[in-house]
Amino acid sequence: MNNLIVSTITRMVVPFIQLYGIYIILHGHISPGGGFSGGALIGTSLILYTLVFGVKKAEKKFSHRVSEIAESGGILLYIAVGLIGMIVAGSFLTNLGAGFPKGTPGELISAGMIPILMIGIGIKVASTMITLFHTLIEEEDV
Amino acid sequence: MTVLNVALVIFLILAALAVERTKDLLGAVVVFSAFSLMMSVLWLILKTPDVALTEAAIGAGVTCILFIAVISRTERYEK
Repeated sequence: MNNLIVSTITRMVVPFIQLYGIYIILHGHISPGGGFSGGALIGTSLILYTLVFGVKKAEKKFSHRVSEIAESGGILLYIAVGLIGMIVAGSFLTNLGAGFPKGTPGELISAGMIPILMIGIGIKVASTMITLFHTLIEEEDV
Repeated sequence: MTVLNVALVIFLILAALAVERTKDLLGAVVVFSAFSLMMSVLWLILKTPDVALTEAAIGAGVTCILFIAVISRTERYEK
């Protein structure tokens, strides 16, 4: 799409959408939001970029290879943290009993391993959104 | 607050009926997106900002875009 206004506004707005998504992911344990909502926001910003600048340019920024690695990495991070709790304390996703630091309640660094899980879920959801959209769009006309 | 609540619920019912009635699929998708946005405001009134955030991002944003992508691959009018 060759529209000067749309492309300029998109270039200005996309970083702020992504910053808001990261804020929601990182504050998932002390305020409304969490990994799923923040990841969906980041995925939506990448979809906006694809809509405005086309699939070819978006593939350069976020290719299928990167998407595969991010998607598998997010869920593997979740499973690894869960397995640490299982090995140390006996059951899957044990939080404070497995020695994760407690922190100050209400502060950003608190609640043990929950922020790490939120980051994993956020990466997974964002890459899933963008993969769904790219797969639908880039298919050649049959 | 009760007036706003009743107005939103009436709008939701009308939008749901309109989605079912419309033969133009693109228009139906737009009405469905408006339905999702009003649903998000209703979640906020019901004191679940968590669900409202997810509904606004997924329901009004991503679902609408995916439906429009599917319509651009197939036909616009229902037969």
